[in-house]
Amino acid sequence: MEKKLVKCNINGKDVETYVDVRASLTDMLRNDYRLTSVKKGCEVGECGACNVIIDGECYNSCIYLAVWAEGKRIQTLESLLGPNGELSDIQQAFVDEAAVQCGFCTPGFIMTAVEVLETGKEYTRDELRKRLSGHLCRCTGYENILNAVEKTMKKRLGKA
Amino acid sequence: MYDFSALYEATSVQNAVELMQAHPSAVLIAGGSDVLIKMREGKLAGAELISIYKLDELREVTMDPDGTLRIGPMTSFSHATKSQLVQQHIPVLGESADTAGGPQLRNIGTLGGNICNGVTSADTASTQVAYDAMLEITGPAGMRKISIHDFYKGVGKVDLQPGELLTAILIPKESYKNCYGYYLKYAMRNAMDIATIGCSVNVVLSADKKTIERMRISYGVAGPVPMRARSAEAAVNGQPVSEATIELIGNAVLNDVNPRTSWRASAEFRKQIISETARRGLRAAVERAGGVF
Ligand SMILES: Cc1cc2nc3c(=O)[nH]c(=O)nc-3n(C[C@H](O)[C@H](O)[C@H](O)COP(=O)(O)OP(=O)(O)OC[C@H]3O[C@@H](n4cnc5c(N)ncnc54)[C@H](O)[C@@H]3O)c2cc1C
Ligand code: FES
Ligand code: FES
Repeated sequence: MEKKLVKCNINGKDVETYVDVRASLTDMLRNDYRLTSVKKGCEVGECGACNVIIDGECYNSCIYLAVWAEGKRIQTLESLLGPNGELSDIQQAFVDEAAVQCGFCTPGFIMTAVEVLETGKEYTRDELRKRLSGHLCRCTGYENILNAVEKTMKKRLGKA
Repeated sequence: MYDFSALYEATSVQNAVELMQAHPSAVLIAGGSDVLIKMREGKLAGAELISIYKLDELREVTMDPDGTLRIGPMTSFSHATKSQLVQQHIPVLGESADTAGGPQLRNIGTLGGNICNGVTSADTASTQVAYDAMLEITGPAGMRKISIHDFYKGVGKVDLQPGELLTAILIPKESYKNCYGYYLKYAMRNAMDIATIGCSVNVVLSADKKTIERMRISYGVAGPVPMRARSAEAAVNGQPVSEATIELIGNAVLNDVNPRTSWRASAEFRKQIISETARRGLRAAVERAGGVF
């Protein structure tokens, strides 16, 4: 099958590789770049496990062709890790609030949370619920996830 | 890995037309949120794809000198919602886009794909129909303009001839001027669900805000394609802003619609939702226009 050169910026680094044109962005991130925080869940855009940030907006990478990544800035969960392996505030909040059980949905949820938090705005609980509604979690029942995002939002805004 | 046999990436609208002529059986892909799902289900196995994803010139929302709102068909749901021009002139379009799927889906799904798929449940389609959108279609013979009402041909069928693609959605000034709209999506879940019924209503009131001068109402899932309820419109036009008019529309819409029973809902239930959304939608649109009941 035809391969195509795809140049992009992943987690702050300019990279390029030849990918099979049939590959999804999930395929490329996992297989070519070993970014295994990007999970394969439903692979039809329903669950959000494969969610990554492209040019500042969240996308389910399973329904995004790898060749479309040409020239884009892509951010996965791996980008959040500090230089000495420290967790970011939102990751720590997921731990503290017991918002992680099996963990399969977690990277996707956290990347949406990153997009939401980076707007620097304050959202009501209902608004947060809507903003996180593109993710399925079969373990936690969502409340702790909402708590983690809400608490991190308040902390960043100096309100907690 | 997707099961397609070739991918041609268009570099311009003209190039897309040429690619479609050179590969007549290929499938056009915009944001891919319908095409790639079908492909995963095995329905398009082995097809060739022509991608217009990189045609950023089709992603803009602009205003023509004559006041026509020009919406690029590649405008994503979320960018439609965020567009200043949409918020100013036809906010209901952005609001209807904001009910589709979930946040990530709204960044990839496009307004053009939402009508070119010919799907009745498409969340922005009923609003595009309710505002008498004009469609600019570009093909081998150049450009033509048609009304969205002539575009829908049947379930999943639209008036796109070989080599043609949608290049603009136009909302004429007479359509949005002094006009206030409201969209209601009835679904089983608050997110990530397909509409059981979608209803888009808009009104122009008289200067004293006591009479409904023009009302347009359109439905998704009330028939095989998004449709207007014309007899209900005729019945409501010229009526006073009153509770009686709200009652009137709830009954009148039933003469226009033809919902069916599916695993999602029975025809009877859909009819009940159709009446109720007409009443609530009309009330909300009139209130937005400054009318008082
Ligand atoms: C998880 C999920 C949830 C969804 N939820 C909703 C929902 O709640 N409401 C809703 O309305 N939709 C929903 N959808 C469907 C889909 O996102 C929308 O219909 C979207 O508008 C399709 O746009 P696209 O550009 O991604 O489509 P594509 O798959 O790229 O295209 C769809 C069709 O239109 C044609 N096409 C696209 N653009 C053009 C053009 N410019 N000229 C000619 N032909 C063109 C394509 O050939 C194809 O046949 C959902 C999809 C998914 C995967
Ligand atoms: S794996 Fe991509 S949305 Fe489920
Ligand atoms: S923690 Fe298991 S799916 Fe969310």
